[in-house]
Amino acid sequence: MYRYDQYDQAIVDARVAEFKDQVGRRLRNEITEDQFKPLRLMNGLYLQLHAYMLRVAIPYGTLSGTQMRMLAHIARTYDRDYGHFTTRQNIQYNWIKLEQFSDLLDDLSKVEMHAFQTSGNCIRNISSDQFAGAAADEIADPRPYAELLRQWSTLHPEFSFLPRKFKIAVIASDSDRAAIQLHDIGLQLYRNADGVTGFRVYVGGGMGRTPIIGKVVREFIPVGQFLSYSEAILRVYNRHGRRDNIYKARIKILVTELGIEEFTRQVEAEWATLEPLGLDAPQAEYDRIIAQFADPAYEIGAPDTIDLSDPDFKLWVDQNVHAHKQPGYAIATISLKPKSGIPGDASSAQMDVIADLAEKYAHDEIRVTHSQNLVLAHVRKVDLYAMWQALAAADLATPNLDLVTDIIACPGMDYCTLANARSIPIAQKIAAKFENSISEQRDIGELKIKVSGCINGCGHHHAGHIGILGVDKKGEEAYQLLLGGSGAEDASLAKILGPGFDENGIIDAVDKLIAFYRSARSAPTERFLDTYRRLGAAPFKEAVYA
Amino acid sequence: MPRILTGNRLETGDVLWWHGRCWSTQIKDAVEIGAEGEALLASLIAAERINDPTFIEVTGEPGAFVPTTTRERVRASGPSVRADLARGSLSVEAI
Ligand code: HEM
Ligand code: SF4
Repeated sequence: MYRYDQYDQAIVDARVAEFKDQVGRRLRNEITEDQFKPLRLMNGLYLQLHAYMLRVAIPYGTLSGTQMRMLAHIARTYDRDYGHFTTRQNIQYNWIKLEQFSDLLDDLSKVEMHAFQTSGNCIRNISSDQFAGAAADEIADPRPYAELLRQWSTLHPEFSFLPRKFKIAVIASDSDRAAIQLHDIGLQLYRNADGVTGFRVYVGGGMGRTPIIGKVVREFIPVGQFLSYSEAILRVYNRHGRRDNIYKARIKILVTELGIEEFTRQVEAEWATLEPLGLDAPQAEYDRIIAQFADPAYEIGAPDTIDLSDPDFKLWVDQNVHAHKQPGYAIATISLKPKSGIPGDASSAQMDVIADLAEKYAHDEIRVTHSQNLVLAHVRKVDLYAMWQALAAADLATPNLDLVTDIIACPGMDYCTLANARSIPIAQKIAAKFENSISEQRDIGELKIKVSGCINGCGHHHAGHIGILGVDKKGEEAYQLLLGGSGAEDASLAKILGPGFDENGIIDAVDKLIAFYRSARSAPTERFLDTYRRLGAAPFKEAVYA
Repeated sequence: MPRILTGNRLETGDVLWWHGRCWSTQIKDAVEIGAEGEALLASLIAAERINDPTFIEVTGEPGAFVPTTTRERVRASGPSVRADLARGSLSVEAI
């Protein structure tokens, strides 16, 4: 894992000192709320329905046990004993007090963490593949490049006041576990026909009010030049992005309005002037960072079999454990979607358990996934059983990864000031119909249900096989139903199926969709999404509305 | 329709309702605000100690006011999905 050097720490310490001063001035009424609000937002502090909400950055979703334990400490000391892991691989706390905020920031900075650039019109936390460094299908660990982007974008003076927020994701395999085509910039590391590594660069993807799938702005940029190329993209956006209209301010609108050819031409022209300036990191810096992501000290010859005689354990292994590149090792996903749970929420006690298990069994690394689960990426197969028992004791071993009860939900109207409707109860009520039968869930197979409480789409409803969007219908909570989205390598945008529903109606509708799918699939292995793609919307519509 | 005054305490973010002389963290203490409200609101905004002070519409009687919007009912009760964190004076069922 990357460890801060003196510069990283100095930047965080300076920023913490600056913001503590700003908080102090606000508490003493030396500045007004109008003056303070943009400052607190730049430091990840929102005012939500019940209290202040803090979003802490987890760079590319990777954490150490020590960091996780600090997140638990923060939940316990400054919040109400829990946190919410988000689709951007961050964590949010819902009950923060401004008067305690300085102490909280000090605590975070002790473990190389902070909350800046988690809000505001800047480059946000860089996201990545939760299986990075462990996946058998990657060509290299993508996180050193995410880390370079993090350093480049941290307090980058030119990009601190962009037209709108800016989100970047980096992967290094053909399976897209980070939804790169739905980011402002998506980077896919690959090796070209000449054996050279570089990135395919997608630009202008996003969800929210105007969902768009990213377009390729450059098929191949050598790794050594991807920072200057990113800088060129940001420059074109910063110059021409629609500052006049908040709804048109994201880069996706600029790319759409200019057309990808013209946008590309402008980026290439900008890059032609930038590249010779030598902005890219020198090889030594690449080497320094890559070395910090070196493989952990695997045990050579670790047994490559798992004793699956316990049927409950076997179920969990079948569903939540993935192949690792190293023989004798496996990748384990911890579901944060337990029975009657709140998607993405974890208590401080659970965070402590996970921190302990990461240190004991997983080379001290934890990942947050964009579907609001956690991953222990490097576990010896022989340790899986003991680890699973410890997870189960903390209600962290639900074997439902990618199944119908593994639902993404944003905080919705239970917490969020922008919401039209609640999201979490919808997720819970859908899950309740299936959570008592894992075999039924497994029969339904991979099904990604994603719920957002408003058009901003924090719950990725546009990327849901089934997407649910909360809307306001004359003051009542109502829900639109969308079908056919995917945030994976086969990215597609979900489309509205028909008229919306009330709360009970949407639960029934999902039930009918699933029943229809089970009757219509060509084989048990055909996923819901594939059946939808094969048959089109009409029969699904008929099943729901007839 | 009666209106009451709500906001969030600067220091803590706590959700508050105006009870006539000061603020309460329980909506059951809220008082109906009449024509004097505009001057009160202006003074609160000027004092800069309460974030987002605003009037909301409610139904019912003093001591049992219920906001007309779901959003404000959630603010008054606490998250509907965490009954254990409820504020006490408006039940989660009332959302
Ligand atoms: C509760 C406080 C939150 C607020 C005020 C908030 C606000 C917003 C807004 C205004 C947008 C739309 C931006 C735009 O289209 O330009 C947005 C998008 C988004 N938010 Fe949130 N959000 C919140 C929580 C979350 C949470 C909890 C998650 C993760 C579960 C999240 C993840 C995202 C994602 C992935 C997008 C879509 C980005 C895109 O448009 O491509 N947000 N959020
Ligand atoms: S989608 Fe809307 S309701 Fe949900 S967290 Fe985002 S802004 Fe809030």
